Amino acid sequence: MLLEQNHITKEGEFVINMGPQHPATHGVLHLKVWLDGETIKKVEPHLGYIHRSIEKMCERLSYRQFIFTTSRMDYLSAHINNQACALVVEKALQLEVPPRAKAIRIIMAELTRLASHQLWWACMGLDLGAVTPFFYAFREREAINEIWEETCGARLTQNYIVPGGVMMDTHPNFRKRVKDVMKQIKDKAHEYEELLTGNVIFQERLKGVGYLSREDAISYGCTGPTARASGINSDIRKLFPYDGYEQIKFDEVLNSGGDCWARYLVRIEEMKQSVSIIEQLIDIIPEGDFQVKTKNVIKLPKGDFYQRVETARGELGVYIVSDGAASPYRCKFRSPNLSNLSAIPKIAEGAKIGDLVAIMATVDLVIPDIDR
Amino acid sequence: MTKEELKNNITELLPSTTFDETGEFLNVIIASDELLPFMKTLRSKSEFDFDYLFCLTCIDLNNHLMMVYHLISKTHNHCIVIKAKITDTIKPEIESVNSIWKTAELNEDEVYDLFGVKFLNHPNLRRLFLEEDWEGYPLRKNYVDENMIKL
Repeated sequence: MLLEQNHITKEGEFVINMGPQHPATHGVLHLKVWLDGETIKKVEPHLGYIHRSIEKMCERLSYRQFIFTTSRMDYLSAHINNQACALVVEKALQLEVPPRAKAIRIIMAELTRLASHQLWWACMGLDLGAVTPFFYAFREREAINEIWEETCGARLTQNYIVPGGVMMDTHPNFRKRVKDVMKQIKDKAHEYEELLTGNVIFQERLKGVGYLSREDAISYGCTGPTARASGINSDIRKLFPYDGYEQIKFDEVLNSGGDCWARYLVRIEEMKQSVSIIEQLIDIIPEGDFQVKTKNVIKLPKGDFYQRVETARGELGVYIVSDGAASPYRCKFRSPNLSNLSAIPKIAEGAKIGDLVAIMATVDLVIPDIDR
Repeated sequence: MTKEELKNNITELLPSTTFDETGEFLNVIIASDELLPFMKTLRSKSEFDFDYLFCLTCIDLNNHLMMVYHLISKTHNHCIVIKAKITDTIKPEIESVNSIWKTAELNEDEVYDLFGVKFLNHPNLRRLFLEEDWEGYPLRKNYVDENMIKL
């Protein structure tokens, strides 16, 4: 059904379809863009190209199985998605996780954040026409993937964090490998600065582009680096700590700029914070069990349970309504990407069509998380 | 505000509400036709100031549908869960909260797509994921698809 506003009314106005196979949308997102010359008048997202009905599937899966589907949602934050699901089950059962498992979980979560931000940095350069950053960032990301391969047996969909702890103990090489990677990332940090951060052409593409005010960011429900670049305290690790984040020293990265450049700086700074968190923990991983014993068939008590975690893109919430059975009655994933996507039409309004790519790149969407 | 204070203040505001305090948050259960004015008060009154809608979803409870809104205040840092009961499952309708929180637009599209709840005064209600001519609403409990495999 075409609404009145969907019609082209003036000469020089036209509609273009960006995606679903556009490289800058990082997945199959279709943006319908109304243009007046080069200026964007309206953006409308169309979704559903890779919808897999994860929420419906969860209603049939047990509390051990449903974790495996969540690795496929935001596949760049697979560990953190698993952690959210494990935490909601533990919260409902009032399970206390051993300190060793907690430390491993935090290290894995922060490695995930690093790897995810590195992929973002790589693709960001690619989207804006710089090919070299891709190779620089993938060098470090590859090293992180190798750590996961050794300990979890998988590189992308790890399914390592389970209710009660982690699936298996870390590989004997784990500590050495993580330390090596941290050293590598710190040694190479100057290359990142020189290649993109200090690049004037790159800065010009981002500074003053795609402004999102604090009020709008709150109204559109933005979370994660997108919200923090508009000056909102939205780090779940600080606001509602889980898995022992309250004992770790780190700063919540805030920037009041609100434009693409601010979002870029927030993510770059977050990578440094993640390195610092891992370095605090890697030498003091407590000895002991990596998992508590849980029953074979987990049954949650009746009621509603909500658990939120900070993924690389923002707040992931798992909302489970249980009727006492072995699988959830209703399982809802509050995706950070859907809320951030809803802000894109607002951010892009009045911008130039070329800047839409920069806006998409700095908001950093992962589409399978929206098309759950 | 603590849970207890929130409860007292809301009872003053809307005496007909019922509460459920078993979970982590205070659950407020209201009828679907009371939703919009109640939400407007929660947003505008400075002692509540719920400016952030962080989760919007729906639950199919067989004989009725339940809309669930998770709210948090960025200034006071308190949370609340509003549940609006829709008794008509054949033609479910509820007011849109898009005028209060802009994030509701896509989330309500999603609920419309998967549960069939029609949002009144929504700026652009459409099926977000499925095709326009898709029959049925997949997240309803009575949805049948012959291609679905029992695990």
